[in-house]
Amino acid sequence: MISFSNVTKRYPGGHEAVKNINFDLAREEMAFLTGHSGAGKSTLLKLITLIERPTRGQAIVNNKNLARLTRRQIPYFRRDVGIVFQDYKLLYDRTAFDNVALPLVVAGVPHREIARRVRAALDKVGLLHKERAYPITLSGGEQQRIGIARAVVNKPPVLLADEPTGNLDEALSDEIMDLFHAFNQVGVTVLIATHDQRQVRRLQKRVLELRQGEMVYDSGTKDI
Amino acid sequence: MKTYLLRHLQVFFYSLGQLARTPFASLMTIAVIGIALALPSGLYVLIDNIQGVSAGWDGSGKISLFLKQGTGDKGAQRLAKKIRGMATVAAVDYMSPDQALAEFRRLSGFGDALDALSENPLPAVLIVRPTANADNPTNLEQLLNELRQLDQVDLAQLDLAWVKRLYALLQLARRGIWILALLLGLAVVLIMGNTIRLAVLNRRDEIEVIKLVGGTNAFIRRPFLYTGLLQGLAGGLAAWGLVSTVLALLTQPINELASLYASRFSVHALDARATAVLLGAGAVLGWLGSRIAVSRHLHDIEPK
Repeated sequence: MISFSNVTKRYPGGHEAVKNINFDLAREEMAFLTGHSGAGKSTLLKLITLIERPTRGQAIVNNKNLARLTRRQIPYFRRDVGIVFQDYKLLYDRTAFDNVALPLVVAGVPHREIARRVRAALDKVGLLHKERAYPITLSGGEQQRIGIARAVVNKPPVLLADEPTGNLDEALSDEIMDLFHAFNQVGVTVLIATHDQRQVRRLQKRVLELRQGEMVYDSGTKDI
Repeated sequence: MKTYLLRHLQVFFYSLGQLARTPFASLMTIAVIGIALALPSGLYVLIDNIQGVSAGWDGSGKISLFLKQGTGDKGAQRLAKKIRGMATVAAVDYMSPDQALAEFRRLSGFGDALDALSENPLPAVLIVRPTANADNPTNLEQLLNELRQLDQVDLAQLDLAWVKRLYALLQLARRGIWILALLLGLAVVLIMGNTIRLAVLNRRDEIEVIKLVGGTNAFIRRPFLYTGLLQGLAGGLAAWGLVSTVLALLTQPINELASLYASRFSVHALDARATAVLLGAGAVLGWLGSRIAVSRHLHDIEPK
């Protein structure tokens, strides 16, 4: 599903955020991307979502060679990749419902279909009763669950998360990670960047570890 | 296709709603655009009206012959008959000194001063209209010279010159209005561009998120383009309102002035075609301004 070979990202000025990365994440697999802050986890996720382009190497996501995708094709590519952020990136002037509906609205999904699918996604994260609430009135854990509902509402085959529990306490973190696990169990490929070792140990999934931009450890395709 | 139109309709109403949510800012922009558009269209109406005044005389060079004092009624009639016989003359009107005095008294308002005069100072006048094929500068000049040779004629005056001058002035003014319209049209584009630029930057976060969830540039652009279009259209409407109001205020005094000149001239407002052009120009310029601004800034706003 995600395949990197010899991928390097060098920023202007010469700093190499990730160096010579090789890994394959199979369809329906779930993995943690770990490492200290600044190890290159976020950069790797940005390369997968085409927020950044690799300087060298080949990246294939969802059967698409990212180097071949033009600027115009990027929006359509991103519709198949759900992304969850540490800071949620919700729109605070819209209700929970409208936030979750956004990926469907931009894709031109018919109105009635949108309502049905948004409610299904909100139901999955347990926030159907908050559909009319504005994000500012919700707790951090609830906001993150809105973010997750938005990431999965159009049923993307790939789900990425960048420190999704970074701002949450242990109990809420457990809830959020269990949600990702649940999505993985229904067939979504999941890659989560985190430095939360507690969650890594708890869920017993594949681990990819980055250190100063290099991949120093891969637990292999079997779960640890 | 149906969903496409439906989406456009949704964005249209969404943009309308956005404008209504910030009424003060929207009205300011609309007012500025309205004033910018009102200026050239107001001048256009003015020139168009003046053109209407001069059109009555256009191309018909009349020659006024002021006859020598003491020519008398009979002499003048004889002269008129003689001139009528000329090949290049279509008609001759005779105006006696008494008629001239009566008309002058009526129009000038100097009745009392005229009463003080012991005798009528005005000469008899023959108004000579050349035939259609003689109505060009060379032939007119020739006819004028012939008429000047006549004994009884004190002064022969061609009335065409000032019409031509007015016409030339109008041409100049017309050109000037085009230049003004072009400059102010550019101003409208810039005003709209700046307004939309601020709107785009204000919604930076939103645009980033929309890009992250797979929104195309066209999707992001659409509401801004509708906002520009609607504000431009409203600006055009405001300009129409301004021009119409000013014309309505001026109609009464202008009609009075026209009646003083014994003219049937009356002010006409912006016609349907000019109104359509005004509204269309507003909408297109508004759209263009926002299109330029959005395209300029959309590429800069990428998720980080």
